Amino acid sequence: MKIAIIKYNAGNIMSVDYALQRLGVKAEVTDDFDYIQSADKVIFPGVGEASTTMQYLRAKKLDQLIAGLKQPVLGICLGLQLMCRRSEEGNTDCIGIFNEEVKKFISDSSTENRLKVPHMGWNSIRNVRSKLFAGDLENQYAYFVHSFYAATGKDTIAECEYGISFSAALHRDNYYATQFHPEKSGKPGALILKNFIEL
Amino acid sequence: MLAKRIIPCLDVRNGQTVKGINFVNIREVGDPVEMGAAYAEQGADELVFLDITASHEGRKTFVDLVKRIALNLNIPFTVGGGISELSDIEALLAAGADKVSLNSAAIRNPDLINQMALNFGNQFVVIAIDAREENGKWTAYINGGRISTDKELFTWAREAEDRGAGELLFTSMNHDGTKNGFACDALARLSDELSIPVIASGGAGNMDHFVDVFTKGKADAGLAASIFHFNEITVPQLKNYLAEKNIPVRF
Repeated sequence: MKIAIIKYNAGNIMSVDYALQRLGVKAEVTDDFDYIQSADKVIFPGVGEASTTMQYLRAKKLDQLIAGLKQPVLGICLGLQLMCRRSEEGNTDCIGIFNEEVKKFISDSSTENRLKVPHMGWNSIRNVRSKLFAGDLENQYAYFVHSFYAATGKDTIAECEYGISFSAALHRDNYYATQFHPEKSGKPGALILKNFIEL
Repeated sequence: MLAKRIIPCLDVRNGQTVKGINFVNIREVGDPVEMGAAYAEQGADELVFLDITASHEGRKTFVDLVKRIALNLNIPFTVGGGISELSDIEALLAAGADKVSLNSAAIRNPDLINQMALNFGNQFVVIAIDAREENGKWTAYINGGRISTDKELFTWAREAEDRGAGELLFTSMNHDGTKNGFACDALARLSDELSIPVIASGGAGNMDHFVDVFTKGKADAGLAASIFHFNEITVPQLKNYLAEKNIPVRF
């Protein structure tokens, strides 16, 4: 099986490769169009800022490449947000695979238990409904690090609670995405990556 | 619900985990990768690896070690200790560190926080502050607590947040090593004044201290070293105890 991890100007891309290595799966971290288009599975990871990252993707035409893929694609963290229609971060028009909008968590200092931003740490995922979560992953903890979130909508396949309920994962056609980092989420995370590889 | 995090901290010298007793009689005790994996298996939520090597050679060893940790560990980890250049940070992130903590270097050159946040994102930037309370005033110290500065804890913490820190790691020098509990008053004030998560460090001696730090201290995470390394408290024991006290933890 040929697995491509899209290489671009975002942080922590190697972590996904390492997590796949722990599963005994070999992947290629690449920005080569032919390789990505011919891969069996494509992973679009990333940590970073939405507007500068979108500019980079557009300059390299990676946005069009991602939008045109037919094989299973997994976006992670910023990857999920960039696959949405629009992000409040830098008022950015994104790739638009998912219809959900990306908004910022509000840290209100006047409240008793102030919401910390970024939402950082382990939170449980609820109402999981996808093959991506095969193997009893309801209410399991996953590792999140983000200040922006995708609202829940018809593409939502898992939810998480942080002040409000937001999309922990999205799915439409061949596209999947998680807001949390499966590559850093212990055993449940490894199972989610394995489920994606086996789709 | 977001879980409160338990973070064992490992000191690393020349690629080996060390147990230090008041910075003397340092003993090398094992492979940081194996110890880290063992803590992850026990249910630690994150790990911190502090490089206490001074030499240039040791630095290179540490970067290689970070790569081995990243390959083997399935939970997030922060690295810190003596980092002062953007190029050091870049090398550690490229090796697979999830976060990098800055302490003395951020006080000497606060602009480093902005540069780091701009280049890599806020979530990579942990600002560590060692502070001591004297006559009701908290003062930040650098160089492992050896040199006092003109920075007041709360003012400096807010400045660090404004400059782009994604998380604060606060060590109370008054409490560190005492095993009498965390600095809950100062921690609660930090939590109220900052919008970023706060990691509490210094003073953990028993499981009730963790209950206090998450309730009275309003901390998002509790960090400790010796009580875990010497098996005085194990991570599973601690998490069971916290769960009994209705504190949200991950199992």
